[in-house]
Amino acid sequence: MNKKKLLGTPYYIWSAMFIIIPLCMVFYYGFTDKKGAFTLENITAIASAEHAKALWLALSLSLVSTLICLLLAYPLAMILTGLKVNQHSFIVLIFILPMWMNFLLRTLAWQTILEKTGVLNSILSFLHLPALNIINTPYAIIVGMVYNFLPFMVLPIYNSLAKIDRNLVHAARDLGADGLQVFLKVTLPLTLPGIISGITMVFIPALTTFVISKLLGGSKVLLIGNVVEEEFTQAGNWHLGSGLSIVLMLFIIVNMVISTIFDKDGEGSVL
Amino acid sequence: MNKILIDLKNISKSFDGQMVLDDLNLYIRENEFLTLLGPSGCGKTTTLRILGGFETPDTGKIIFDGNDITSLSPNKRQLNTVFQKYALFPHMTIAENIAFGLKIKKKSKSYIEDKIKYALKLVNLDGYGKRMPDSLSGGQQQRVAIARAIVNEPKVLLLDEPLGALDLKLRQDMQYELIRLKNELGITFIYVTHDQEEALTMSDTIVVMNQGYIQQIGTPEKIYNEPENAFVADFIGDSNIISSVMLEDRLVEILGIPFPCVDTGFGCNKPVDVVIRPEDVILSASGSGRINGVVTHIIFKGVHYEMEVMAGGFEWLVHSTSMYPVGTKVGVDVAPFNIQIMNKPASEDEEAAGSNE
Repeated sequence: MNKKKLLGTPYYIWSAMFIIIPLCMVFYYGFTDKKGAFTLENITAIASAEHAKALWLALSLSLVSTLICLLLAYPLAMILTGLKVNQHSFIVLIFILPMWMNFLLRTLAWQTILEKTGVLNSILSFLHLPALNIINTPYAIIVGMVYNFLPFMVLPIYNSLAKIDRNLVHAARDLGADGLQVFLKVTLPLTLPGIISGITMVFIPALTTFVISKLLGGSKVLLIGNVVEEEFTQAGNWHLGSGLSIVLMLFIIVNMVISTIFDKDGEGSVL
Repeated sequence: MNKILIDLKNISKSFDGQMVLDDLNLYIRENEFLTLLGPSGCGKTTTLRILGGFETPDTGKIIFDGNDITSLSPNKRQLNTVFQKYALFPHMTIAENIAFGLKIKKKSKSYIEDKIKYALKLVNLDGYGKRMPDSLSGGQQQRVAIARAIVNEPKVLLLDEPLGALDLKLRQDMQYELIRLKNELGITFIYVTHDQEEALTMSDTIVVMNQGYIQQIGTPEKIYNEPENAFVADFIGDSNIISSVMLEDRLVEILGIPFPCVDTGFGCNKPVDVVIRPEDVILSASGSGRINGVVTHIIFKGVHYEMEVMAGGFEWLVHSTSMYPVGTKVGVDVAPFNIQIMNKPASEDEEAAGSNE
């Protein structure tokens, strides 16, 4: 073993201890029952009404959040690309600043904002507008997801936008394309890898989150992440929890395969 | 003479308070190969970008075929640009790249197919239609960029240092290719380069620019043989520029020695700059020239020897096919018609302003 490979040792140990062994354990628990015999029950448990509903809700909320993130992030990334360097680092800073705060704190802050007597409703009543009851509803969870994961959409899109040679835009204009045609035929296709990366980086954490749904959804809105978490921490059924995790993993793998197909240059890709 | 197609009138442009073009006036004739030549930062690329519509001049007007197009956006102008670094769309095949402009103009499928075929043949890239740009060499990509521009049948093709990124041999091949293309298409080429050899090879007209001013406009022969000022003489090829005195018509005092020349009208005892091309300096046996000197340096250049000769207190650059070893005493002489006389600029500013004053 040469010296360079030796330097990798801590990482091999790290990935063995914290990635490979836990993954093996998840698979072991997922495919066994309490007596240790092989079973597929933990996997097929996803088909039960309660679990299927949680999975469906998680899928639809994370899809909606991803879409909202995309619609917000693309224009923002375009604005950032158009700015001069000193201006844009300032805006990136403002934008990234909340990310330096703890994820839980930020989500708790949204709880305070969205509560029945929270900041949002105080402002609304001050303006003599009807109060909004969105805390403990799927809408609150979407707000939390979009707020927390938006930067992960902006950065890969910004990266791929910044990579586009200005001359390509000029060339398209020169060949007769108007602003919209330049966007549809040149800018959008060239940022597709960034968009796919962004979707992956928002969709996966959104799909598996249980913190956001717990804090902003109360106990009323159960996502698949919450179900898995409860199986581990409250019901103590590691077998069922692992089985459901494996099902969730399938969705993530599908998403990552799609993103790898599109993202051939490997910009910000996960695989 | 063909009719005037483009007329740039009093164009000025500055970036961040830095004057890039100062009251530029230039007209371009139909079917002309016009080259904007100058060092980097001279304003040649800015001029081209103003023509293409990517920059708006601060003042002045662009008249194209009788219409004012100063504020027209690039996609509405009847000209196409070949960019310095090709700017091919990396996500499209060569054929799709070439079809881009035609598809936007909603031409029929069969028309587009014919055009792609025609354009690929024209630039000697038959059968490359299905390839992707990054699988092509620099020279091939440049030819695709040209094909992509000309299928739109522009009246004018703008070329922004299109050969800058190619190696020497390829560059020379492409120069002939461009001349052939221009003759086949019969359209106006406006070409930007800092390479004087490129300009001399291809152009009908050369516009020498420096610091935002036009220094001289003329045919390649005129620019090379009769530079109007020291900048042009120095920029176009090697030259000996010597501060001299015009004694009277047809007689100039160079390094204290009177030389007969052919220029008239400069007045008597007037300080002037004299340009003598290195290949026009005649070396002979010591004593038989007008000035005596010593060879101080010699390099073999292939076609000729490049020598430096110290004579009359000036280091002469000489190109000659005969060889004189270092230390040889030689006579230096110049034929009268090879002495080019130029007015001295009165000040530094005026030097830049050149012929525009």
